[in-house]
Amino acid sequence: MGGERAKIVFIQLLLAFNTLLMLYPIVAMLLSAFKPTAEIYATPFALPQEWRLDNFAQIWTGTNFPRYLLNSAIITATSTASILIFGTMAAYGLARYQFRGNEVIYLFFLSGLMVPLKLAIIPLFIQLRDLDLLDSRLGMVCVYTAMGLPSAVFILTGFLRSLPGELEQSARIDGASEARIMWSIMLPLTRPALVIAGIHNAVPIWNDFFFPLVFIQSDPLKTLPQGLTVFMGEYNTDWGVLFAGLTIAALPITIIYIVLSKQFIAGMTHGAIK
Amino acid sequence: MAGVVVTNVEKAFGSTKVIHGINVDITDGEFVVLVGPSGCGKSTLLRMIAGLEEITGGVIKIGGREVNHVPPKDRDVAMVFQNYALYPHMTVYDNMAFSLKLRKADKSLIEERVRKAADILNLSQLLQRYPRQLSGGQRQRVAMGRAIVRDPQVFLFDEPLSNLDAKLRVAMRTEIKALHQRLKTTTVYVTHDQVEAMTMADRIVVMHDGIVEQIGTPLELYDHPANMFVAGFIGSPAMNFIPGTLRRTGGAAVLEAAGGVRVTLPGSVPGSDGQKVTLGTRPEHLSIEADGDGIRGSILVVEPTGAETQIVVEAAEQQVVAVFSERHHFQPGAPIILRPRPEAMHLFDTASGRHLASR
Repeated sequence: MGGERAKIVFIQLLLAFNTLLMLYPIVAMLLSAFKPTAEIYATPFALPQEWRLDNFAQIWTGTNFPRYLLNSAIITATSTASILIFGTMAAYGLARYQFRGNEVIYLFFLSGLMVPLKLAIIPLFIQLRDLDLLDSRLGMVCVYTAMGLPSAVFILTGFLRSLPGELEQSARIDGASEARIMWSIMLPLTRPALVIAGIHNAVPIWNDFFFPLVFIQSDPLKTLPQGLTVFMGEYNTDWGVLFAGLTIAALPITIIYIVLSKQFIAGMTHGAIK
Repeated sequence: MAGVVVTNVEKAFGSTKVIHGINVDITDGEFVVLVGPSGCGKSTLLRMIAGLEEITGGVIKIGGREVNHVPPKDRDVAMVFQNYALYPHMTVYDNMAFSLKLRKADKSLIEERVRKAADILNLSQLLQRYPRQLSGGQRQRVAMGRAIVRDPQVFLFDEPLSNLDAKLRVAMRTEIKALHQRLKTTTVYVTHDQVEAMTMADRIVVMHDGIVEQIGTPLELYDHPANMFVAGFIGSPAMNFIPGTLRRTGGAAVLEAAGGVRVTLPGSVPGSDGQKVTLGTRPEHLSIEADGDGIRGSILVVEPTGAETQIVVEAAEQQVVAVFSERHHFQPGAPIILRPRPEAMHLFDTASGRHLASR
């Protein structure tokens, strides 16, 4: 009895500690967003002396930040959408139809998981240059879609394969066309997997710094992570404004995650229990 | 409504042949059960009728029309699956209405058909529920409702009761049979349970290793099995088989089996002297004798069920089961002589398994 109790207390303490560890940087970011830079240096851990929105006003009106935010939103939304659309189509074909080369195509997608795209940055750069897609949002969307497809196909194929074949056959006898079966029967059941594949890809794309740094040169096309570096000067950095920017930048993904977390968790535990 | 004619149908998966030329003629309105042990090809045959599996060879006709290359949706069949295959994200109503909606049927017609089917199946209170909120029996009924609203030419059932508990299974068995008597739609029903087959079928098709062993009414199969497989498969407890040698002396015939067992056979039985034969006798066709020849052995186990008493006898180096409806006093270990009723004896050729009389 005592041992059991001690174990629970220990686990709870561990979880509480972990929560603190995870929350600390977020809280620090939030608090610092309300402080002037001087105050951040003076009292880095304290609550702000005054809850001032100057930093937010500054970043929203005095910089290109809204523009970066828009770019990030467009690129992330478009990339995630095309990853999910094309990923679902590929995964559906691979999961539900037997044909020659099925496994090979699946393995080809999987091989994409094993090759870090960053290794191919130079050929990729040359290719985008030849296609005239450098310094464009479309170019970024293409790269991200290619980057995200392997994991999306992997997640969705696994999930779709686990759905009972009788559902599909039943619908076929009921008179549904292949497209109708996919759209009305299978995809509604695939929602948890779609949410996982979506979040799994949207977060890294939203946060990505590397590809925009290499492929985007003109300021009006920059994304958030890249744009925020503008505030990191060589000699001085306006930390307050930077934290305000980071706070706004972290917001959309956090909200999306909270809204979809139930589905996300449902998807993660799919198949765990019958 | 329509009949289903299966002619020389074959099926191979890759190089493995699983169905070897099957012929079944199902007439309009008939309730036919395909029965056999697992892996005998009964489900595959059903799925070929449904159009879910390609046919490697032969012809399948539904209502006189060849359907070999007709997709499932154009065959006008409805199928009930073992795991029901209800669409989890749709209500009971939508599950049942789905096929009619796809046909772009009139909304009022859909409503009317679904209400009527729900009425027949006692589902009217459950139309707005989701499958996960239903019990096993209710799900089974929804699956049947989905088939009924279509008003198809043929109903196909693929082991629909095997996910239910024993009591519910018996109840649903009656419901399906009653439904068939009411709708009179041609029905093909697959099961591995011979009791289901016996109780429900107009005719039974016994399958084994991809071939049809015998087709007939339940009692035909019970009384006149064509071979040892059918004889052993149909009936519970199963038929006793006693292998031995046929001896003919003059007009008399005797089976000599292991352990000194001698059974007098009617002189009219076919078969030649010295032939290896197997005597088949059903447990309820054995009577107890005081002496003389017969199956001599000792009682191993006594199992009373109330209505009847089943005994297991150790004889002819094997176990023989006998069932009595009258109440004898049985003592485990006591010697006993069992004699098969001559008119209910079956004699099989041991090598081929064929029934000697039905040749």
